[in-house]
Amino acid sequence: MKKLFLGVLTALALAAGGTFAGTLDDVKARGNLLCGVSTGAPGFATIDDSGKDVGFDVDYCRALAAAIFGDPMAVKFVGLTSAVRFTALAAGEVDILARNTTWTYSRDTDLKQTFLGVNYYDGQGFMVKKELGVKSTTELDGATVCIQVGTTTELNLADYFKENGMSYEPVPTADNAESQQQYLAGACDTYTTDASALHGTRVNLEKPDDHLVLPEIISKEPLGPLVRHGDDNWADIGRWVLNALVIAEEKGITKGNIDSWKDTKDAEIHRLLGTGDGDILAMVGLPKNAMYNAIKAGGNYGEIFENNLGATSGINIERGVNASWTKGGILYSPPFR
Amino acid sequence: MSSPTLPPSESFKFSMLLSDTRYRGMSLQVITFIIFMAVFFWLVDNTIKNLALLDKDVSFNFLWLRAGYDINQRLIPYTNDSTHGMAALVGILNTLLVAFVGCIIATILGLFVGILRLSKNWIVAKLMSAYIEGFRNVPILLWIVMVFALLTEFTPAPRAFKGAEPEATMLFFESVAITNRGTYFPAPVLAEGAYWLLLCFGLSIVAAIYFIRYANKQKKDTGKSLPTFWVSSLVIVFPTLILYFAMGQPVSLEYPYLKGFNFKDGIHLRNSFLALTLALAFYTSAFIAEIVRAGIMAVSKGQSEAAASLGLRPNKIMSLIILPQALRIIVPPLISNYLNLTKNSSLAIAVGYMDVRGTLGGITLNQTGRELESMLLLMGFYLAVSLLISSFINYFNRSFQIVVR
Ligand SMILES: N[C@@H](CCC(=O)N[C@@H](CS)C(=O)NCC(=O)O)C(=O)O
Repeated sequence: MKKLFLGVLTALALAAGGTFAGTLDDVKARGNLLCGVSTGAPGFATIDDSGKDVGFDVDYCRALAAAIFGDPMAVKFVGLTSAVRFTALAAGEVDILARNTTWTYSRDTDLKQTFLGVNYYDGQGFMVKKELGVKSTTELDGATVCIQVGTTTELNLADYFKENGMSYEPVPTADNAESQQQYLAGACDTYTTDASALHGTRVNLEKPDDHLVLPEIISKEPLGPLVRHGDDNWADIGRWVLNALVIAEEKGITKGNIDSWKDTKDAEIHRLLGTGDGDILAMVGLPKNAMYNAIKAGGNYGEIFENNLGATSGINIERGVNASWTKGGILYSPPFR
Repeated sequence: MSSPTLPPSESFKFSMLLSDTRYRGMSLQVITFIIFMAVFFWLVDNTIKNLALLDKDVSFNFLWLRAGYDINQRLIPYTNDSTHGMAALVGILNTLLVAFVGCIIATILGLFVGILRLSKNWIVAKLMSAYIEGFRNVPILLWIVMVFALLTEFTPAPRAFKGAEPEATMLFFESVAITNRGTYFPAPVLAEGAYWLLLCFGLSIVAAIYFIRYANKQKKDTGKSLPTFWVSSLVIVFPTLILYFAMGQPVSLEYPYLKGFNFKDGIHLRNSFLALTLALAFYTSAFIAEIVRAGIMAVSKGQSEAAASLGLRPNKIMSLIILPQALRIIVPPLISNYLNLTKNSSLAIAVGYMDVRGTLGGITLNQTGRELESMLLLMGFYLAVSLLISSFINYFNRSFQIVVR
């Protein structure tokens, strides 16, 4: 009996001890980062022909892994649908979500998530088959619309149609693949989601020219990585890796030229790349050259954008507002100091 | 001479709680109970602590907040301004609808297949066993997705009905449209006075039931059989029909027609509903067929031989002698199949059918982040439905188990 009670007591003590506070320690102990990405959004997270994870969100997680381990491959990617992503993050199945997720008030407060910043300023769009002859979203009254459940998309859609006095029939789907299939089969007239993902999806269709992304953008979708509440240090790490990639673009530091900055007079670059005297990255528990490794992994923000969403990728999305503030965009990182 | 020898009175020792058979049973139960409670409290405590670590609490207030999303199939009025509670209710009704229709189709199909599987006709019997094995041995999820794929991939889009020479046409005198978004039927429209018709129809059914009772009693008392089928059909149909024309046809049909992107008016059975209901019904009917077969085979052969020697025809033997007796064996496992069908309906999300798992346990859960609360409510709902169905059928079952001869 006594032994049993002891057992129960230890179990209770263990239960009390299990916390999410030391995510960085957990990640280091595990030896890899668990990164939640989308199950398949072209440009953001897909698996290429050789079985490798590629995409804009994937590259962010690789940079983070490189910052922690010095190895961009020390990541395990977990594909999550829109509906399960927050539960998976809260339950500790992933350390971080980088999954075309819109920063909203209720997700920040009620859902107890911590957003680390914005890595893509997006908006919701609609794709239709050209043969429909539809040129604008205002012509969609009575249309059947494919949407993914558990997204801001379905809420915006309801608001937009109501505001414009139009009706629609929602066809809820679980993920991009299912939406795409329903859309192609004609089970819905239009497919709506973040415009970036629509462009990526369209390019990968069999006949991209048969489809049209309508010009209207009906919402603001600031997408960014996020972690669960309760571990500020972990949030800081993720936030500053993102900022480092943005600063690197501002300063012109690229994957190719990163080793040629040793003699620069710019003190911020020395702090960023860990080539100066001080070691400010020790404050968050990262090695001195963490950001050097992060940038080296897939290049700066601009390079990651170009490779996954821009001209190099074939998706051909313009930088637009997602350009650095120095080039007329709104991407602006706080100083690395 | 033998007086029971009393055991030597021994003073109670603590170890006797386990070694003495008089106490052992009791003490084991107490220990089990303590362990159970300890684990239970540990789980609850763990949950509360972990929620606190995540900065979360337990609250059901979200049920009264605006849902903000639309649901395509609604049996009650609902808009995106309704509450999450209403969305849950819409989902619950959708679940019950699938379960109800699915169970009816499954029972009818199962009965036929089960009986036909025992047919003396080799081809029929083999066909039926192929049906049973085919549905029983493939996971239900695959059937649901497959039926859905058939319904959406091989049917025309509403646009195909357009134009002077459309690629697709409506069936049954332009009244039914089968599309890749669902099937549209004409809907009855009730004008003023239609309620009198409904009342008349209801009363006719009651009258028919009384007549059948009377006929049965006649048969028992005098042995004469009355033409029950014909008389009751006439009783049900005629008065309503006469009233219908007398009142100037207060019920009309509203035909679906193509407008813009979709068909308007009429009754729209969405492919998600059709696929889920049909797949669940086919799948479950295979199990029911086996239950029916087992029930029939359990009725002793002497019964049918005796009936045959009295000169009854085979189908009379089946409906009057075999089935009533087989029913007693069939009903209990039938309940558990109804329960299975209801629970399997939670796979609805695979085809985008908005059942309670899709509204409360899907969109609401995701939009509000109330995982624990939504899951508890969901479990409570399925538990309640299961208990309700089984208690109802148990009652039904008991009432005719009593008549043991
Ligand atoms: N930004 C919106 C929508 C996110 C979303 O679901 N995006 C789609 C775009 S295709 C996606 O990533 N789907 C991939 C998947 O199904 O896993 C949100 O955060 O709610």
